[in-house]
Amino acid sequence: MSAFLIRRFLRFVVVCIGVSLVTFSILHASGDPVALIMPEAPEADRAKLRDALGLSDPLPTQFVRFVANAARGDFGQSFFHREPAFGLVVERMPTTLGLTCLAVTLALAIAIPVGIYSAVFRNTLGDHAATAIVFLGQSMPVFWIGIMLMLLFAVQWRLLPVSGWGTWSSMVLPAVTLGAFTTPLFMRIIRSSMLEVINLDYVRTARAKGLSEWLVICRHALRNAALPIVTVTGLQFGLLLGGAVLTETVFAVPGVGRLIVGAIRQLDFPIVQAGVFLLAIIIVSVNFLVDVLYVYLNPTVRLH
Amino acid sequence: MAVMLPRATVAYEVGASIAGGSRAWRRFALNPAALVGSAILLVMVSVALAAPWVAPHDPAKQSLLRRFTPPMWQTGGNAAYPLGTDQVGRDVLSRIIHGARISLLVGVSAVLVSLVVGVSAGLASGFMGGKVDTAIGTVVDVSLSFPQILLALAFVAALGPSLVTIIVVLGLTGWERYARVVRAEVLALREKEFVEAARAIGVGRLRIIVRHVLPNTVSSIVVMSTLQVAQAILAEAALSFLGVGSGNAYPTWGQMISLGRDFVTVAWWLATLPGLAILVTVLAINLVGDRLRDALDPRTI
Repeated sequence: MSAFLIRRFLRFVVVCIGVSLVTFSILHASGDPVALIMPEAPEADRAKLRDALGLSDPLPTQFVRFVANAARGDFGQSFFHREPAFGLVVERMPTTLGLTCLAVTLALAIAIPVGIYSAVFRNTLGDHAATAIVFLGQSMPVFWIGIMLMLLFAVQWRLLPVSGWGTWSSMVLPAVTLGAFTTPLFMRIIRSSMLEVINLDYVRTARAKGLSEWLVICRHALRNAALPIVTVTGLQFGLLLGGAVLTETVFAVPGVGRLIVGAIRQLDFPIVQAGVFLLAIIIVSVNFLVDVLYVYLNPTVRLH
Repeated sequence: MAVMLPRATVAYEVGASIAGGSRAWRRFALNPAALVGSAILLVMVSVALAAPWVAPHDPAKQSLLRRFTPPMWQTGGNAAYPLGTDQVGRDVLSRIIHGARISLLVGVSAVLVSLVVGVSAGLASGFMGGKVDTAIGTVVDVSLSFPQILLALAFVAALGPSLVTIIVVLGLTGWERYARVVRAEVLALREKEFVEAARAIGVGRLRIIVRHVLPNTVSSIVVMSTLQVAQAILAEAALSFLGVGSGNAYPTWGQMISLGRDFVTVAWWLATLPGLAILVTVLAINLVGDRLRDALDPRTI
């Protein structure tokens, strides 16, 4: 088991280095970022800025410096806010993670019962309806779901604020939007992983020894179906944060996503790099934790 | 679909896959959902191709006199502008029709880029194993560590927004699934008798890959590609919603929704209708992809 964990940890470190390389290359993708930032400026001014940003050094030197600085949380000053970019990102992280957690909770609260129902009553009208909802949900752009909810609940019926963040009522629409984006995903996984275990021998045995159907499903089937749910939640965490970025933009939620999208429009590279890097590191860490959790939840992994 | 669990590999022997092909095709063609999906797609593609002739108006023509004309079924609507006009008086229907071109073009081209990169990586990874496999696996892990939309947004902005940039960037941020699935299939196929037989009679490695292994991965690649096109269309819409579209010259659905969001209190149709166009298109593709998967999956025979 410890060999497995060590191997996983090594991969975690390697992936983190890869993530730094990709983040580093955002700035250099254009060839000359300074020309992008100040297209009108005379060459002398550009050269001055290039020196100030350390862009005249060879790329490997710049990369090592980037990693060393990133490890200390230093991504440079934001071009526009004139503040350290990392601080601006960290400041907004709780909002983004809060929105994501709210949405995941909401999605699980709906997806677990509906997914179980679909699997247990396979091919009934209810199951077909649930499948139809999954299809519809996965075919809608998340930002459009948000605008439609805004149109109905904020503009038409005036029940909730159009945008913002902070009060409970302002959190409802963003959380429901991101939840609506996440629910079909979970429903699908829960249904299929329940279907896989529900006809296995041990479930039949549990039923045969006279346990109630309810107990069989919750105690025996769901426990084993939970593994794929944990894995997929980890794997889809990137998709979820991407959804959060779009939701924040629709509802003007002051989170990391909205900050990065704004920074991308202004070519404020330090913020873009700090934000993308931090989100990626969170995703890598979540996946690493999922793997570790997996070892504890599934004893068969420990043997290998 | 966003989640695809690895499917059983399809009909290993080439002969079997041809015989199974017509059976699978019949199963697909008899399915009502697949038929509806295909019909919608056919209409969408034809409309997109014939956009300049089908669209009732020039999608860029403005008129301040006609601003915010509601759809024709509402009071104040005008039958000449069936789906109404936007904040500068452009015809919404014509813009949706022209927008279909960008969505479908970017969707299909981006997936082609992903397909080439992902399938090559998967084949190399599965066949060479060892260091190559580890290296490609690491690259896959790294690229799955970013929210796709954010990474694509950053690179499109840094490279300068254009249609080609969007296609390439979306293609290069969506190839991982091909690599994973093809690699898994190669590992399974490698041990099959017909591959061993080919190896035994001295067939070269490259030829085994191209002639014996690749044809047997085609059905999963086809299914995956269909579902990936749906994802790519949603991703393109998200990029142009966030404001790094292919430039302002040509209407796109995402950009129309983004403008519609600003006028959500005065003109509901501006954001709603292009979104419906996305929903119908992506839903049709997902239906076709899902039924294709069912039809091609030998486990259901």
